[in-house]
Amino acid sequence: MSDAAASMNNRTALGGVLGTRAAQWVRANLFSGWLNTAVTLVIAYLLAKALYAVVSWALFNAVWDVPGNQTQVCRDLHGIGACWALITHNYRFIFFGTYPYEEQWRPAIVVLIFLGLYGASAMRRFWSIKLLYAWVIGLAAIGVLMWGGVFGMPLIETDRWGGLPITLILATFGAVIAFPFGVFLALGRRSNLPAIKTLCVVYIELIRGVPLVSMLFMASVMLPLFLPQDLTINKLLRAQVAVIMFAAAYLAEVVRGGLQAIPKGQYEAANALGLTYWQGTAFIILPQALRIVIPPLVNTFIAMFKDTSLVSIIAIYDLLNAASATINTEPAWRGFGIEAYLFVALIYWVFCFSMSKYSQHVEADLARAQKR
Amino acid sequence: MASIPASERRPAAPKMRLSLSDPIFRSVVYQVVVVGAVGSLVWYLVSNLEANMETRKIASGFGFLTREAGFAILQKLIDYAPTDTYLRALIVGVLNTVLVAVIGIVLATILGTLLGIGRLSRNWLVARLCTGYVETLRNIPLAVQLFFWYVVIKDNLPAVRQALHPLPGFFLSQRGLAMAVPADNPANPWILAAFAVGVAATVALSRWARRRQAATGQPFPTLWVGAALMVALPILTWLAAGAPTAFDVPELRGFNFRGGIVLIPEFVTLLVGLTTYTAAFIAEIVRSGILAVSHGQTEAALALGLPRGLTLRLVVLPQALRVIVPPMISQYLNLTKNSSLALLVGYPDIVSVANTTLNQTGQAIEGIAIIMAVFLAISLSISGIMNWYNKKIALVER
Amino acid sequence: MAATAASARPAAGASGRPMIELQHVNKWYGQFHVLRDVNLTVETGQKIVICGPSGSGKSTMIRCINRLEEHQQGKIVVDGVELTADLRNIDTIRREVGMVFQHFNLFPHLTVLENLTLAPIWVRKTPRKEAEDTAMHFLRRVRIPEQASKYPGQLSGGQQQRVAIARSLCMRPKVMLFDEPTSALDPEMVKEVLDVMVELAKEGMTMMCVTHEMGFARAVADKVIFMDKGEIVESNAPTEFFAHPKSDRTKLFLSQILGH
Repeated sequence: MSDAAASMNNRTALGGVLGTRAAQWVRANLFSGWLNTAVTLVIAYLLAKALYAVVSWALFNAVWDVPGNQTQVCRDLHGIGACWALITHNYRFIFFGTYPYEEQWRPAIVVLIFLGLYGASAMRRFWSIKLLYAWVIGLAAIGVLMWGGVFGMPLIETDRWGGLPITLILATFGAVIAFPFGVFLALGRRSNLPAIKTLCVVYIELIRGVPLVSMLFMASVMLPLFLPQDLTINKLLRAQVAVIMFAAAYLAEVVRGGLQAIPKGQYEAANALGLTYWQGTAFIILPQALRIVIPPLVNTFIAMFKDTSLVSIIAIYDLLNAASATINTEPAWRGFGIEAYLFVALIYWVFCFSMSKYSQHVEADLARAQKR
Repeated sequence: MASIPASERRPAAPKMRLSLSDPIFRSVVYQVVVVGAVGSLVWYLVSNLEANMETRKIASGFGFLTREAGFAILQKLIDYAPTDTYLRALIVGVLNTVLVAVIGIVLATILGTLLGIGRLSRNWLVARLCTGYVETLRNIPLAVQLFFWYVVIKDNLPAVRQALHPLPGFFLSQRGLAMAVPADNPANPWILAAFAVGVAATVALSRWARRRQAATGQPFPTLWVGAALMVALPILTWLAAGAPTAFDVPELRGFNFRGGIVLIPEFVTLLVGLTTYTAAFIAEIVRSGILAVSHGQTEAALALGLPRGLTLRLVVLPQALRVIVPPMISQYLNLTKNSSLALLVGYPDIVSVANTTLNQTGQAIEGIAIIMAVFLAISLSISGIMNWYNKKIALVER
Repeated sequence: MAATAASARPAAGASGRPMIELQHVNKWYGQFHVLRDVNLTVETGQKIVICGPSGSGKSTMIRCINRLEEHQQGKIVVDGVELTADLRNIDTIRREVGMVFQHFNLFPHLTVLENLTLAPIWVRKTPRKEAEDTAMHFLRRVRIPEQASKYPGQLSGGQQQRVAIARSLCMRPKVMLFDEPTSALDPEMVKEVLDVMVELAKEGMTMMCVTHEMGFARAVADKVIFMDKGEIVESNAPTEFFAHPKSDRTKLFLSQILGH
């Protein structure tokens, strides 16, 4: 280091410790002016205290395992140390619900298939017709694995399904089936034919005006009344129908936003070339519109994913309800709600945060592409 | 209007021909087909419904509304006893929903705005903390958060006998927050009316002041005068009524507090959950609204000699609000709809009460219809407000 | 010029009938009378240039010819087919009429080649290989064959407009309509597009062109038409039109655009 650089580095004590660049940054962002300095110090102090308290509760004083269901150790430490033994003992129930113990490898594979499909769809280099095939095969495999009855796997009815696979199934099948539905609703809402437009508007505004809870009620209580006596559909399917109907309305509005952004000239060029309405819509308008709205589509999917946690209202054991069940049924595990809900919150957070980061990434890509 | 010669007047539209290559006929055919398909589906479902209701002997109609409810509601803003009708129970539910929604909206807006501005702070710690808050709470389902708060709040509140007593007239325990309220007094509605008059007077005053400024150039301290009016008028009315100071104070009798108003812990849970969750979304909206106003606007205003305060009020804020208000109103709608999660924590909102009703009467369709009607009414009014606002502030463009 | 099968020379109109006929055409927007008793005949192989102040209805008129706008009164006949609300007629006419827009309106999500082959494949039901060969032929004609696999966003304005012209030509139209094709271009790119249009004209394509480029009119037009307030005010051969304008309105307009 030359003399000049050395003397520059030592100009501030902080600079001597961190290097001049970092010192300047710290100065500007944390200690510029009296108010800023005071705020930084106060927050840093409070943050340190809070972090210490949380870390000692969650890590240092935590109980990681107990023999059998003897949770007295945990209860003695209530408030001082977390009882992660709840998770280590019950994680299979939280993840898979009442699915039979020996067959739980099947829903485990199902979760992996879902993760694979999500991951592949996110990477643009996989976007081709092969991805569509992968989805079809993947979804079929999921059905086969969960139900069984073939290939030597025992048949497991849907009321034994639970946990993370239910959340993923409701969200994914919901989005996949609701999507074409939503596209047609959006096209219908923009149509010139008054009857079709009215039907679409009424459906969309009706569904968007009511909470998902009421749709779930409607599906679980009312749907059986609307079907003929001899046709019964199981509870999971009812919940799925409610999720699909709900999602279609929201997806329709997102797609409609994309359709509105297409300049009129595109429609005119398509007409001038002699393309019919459906040809123009399929080849010119929809590809452009859907590409524009990928970020809000992903955000809608994130919202749907979170909304699946409401099915506990109609007694379906998704991830959240399974966690609730662990602390509400066994007396040994009563009272450890914080640990259970923190664990479940973490799982949801990992999924939703990754998807939201992906959506921001796509948005940045699109913005960069438009600036060209 | 001078009469237009026949050659200049627009002719009537040509008659429709009965052929698929006539656009009007084709559109009629499409619509008939679609309406027919939807109509037959509806007819099929309804006929099944009638058959099923016959077989299961389910009553129909809204007659049950006048029957005795037979269940208690723990938090009520109006008087209600289990011997009252279902209708009254449902009204209590609606009021509970509105209560939690309105307070939630106000609190969430305040918290969300602070967080949104905090994310843009120059202090790195503040900015990071606010970002952390937003990114965490936005990505966890509200139901999970509600259960979490429920456990935290229920676990940490003391028993009734050892209730916390932070302020005179306030008691916090496992039964909830018991608050003292002004006792029933004939003067009370007058005091509220005086407040409303103060608000109306402020609005009229601001209009007059704007006109005066346009004519003479002189500004008027509308804000201070208006605030003074809104405080002074109710106080004057209160004095005129003899300055009643009687309070309905909660007292511990037996196992619970009587008197005053009790906010049950489920209400606090729902309020905290809704507020913290929605604030995370509002923070993002406020942040993007502020960022949307280009810095060039501030520069131009300052270059004209406008002081910072006026720059904010006249140039930055109106443009930021244009971007902020529509999604903000969507979030208010979401908060209202999310209040239906009260069912998960046992707060007696309209969904809970209607749910109990339909379980007891077996009339599921009417029950669900009531829930949907209430929320639709709220949604459509809020959407109406948003459309009115959008039209009013729309930038006039070529 | 080699008379290959892929040239753009249109077939002569049967029994010498005109290619386009507008008879007493009137159009209203609501109650606003935007086209007033327009009468116009375009013979096969004729090039018509239409000029006039903005709002005169010139774009509206040519957009009526391929039914991008509807006329309420009068008769429009294109190559013997009358243009009415009948959807079959509209489809037939749109296949024979090519249109080039002011803002190009290329499809941004398709490559240049895909832009050109889309309509022939799906409307004329041409096999893909044949459509691609035709597309490459016309790309060579507009002198940008190397851009075939690029996206419109990667091309300059002049290149995009030439692609737009090629796109219309791939449908082998009998008539080409141009709606202010160079108005949205930077000045240095106007010439490359006009050159293509001049070549097209010399090969015998029937053309109707709304434009302010009077140099193009002088070089190529058989007739120059001046429209104002929805009516055709004057119509003449270019030399006569520019040298001896008959109406005052024409004189005023010419002084405004030729002045600078």
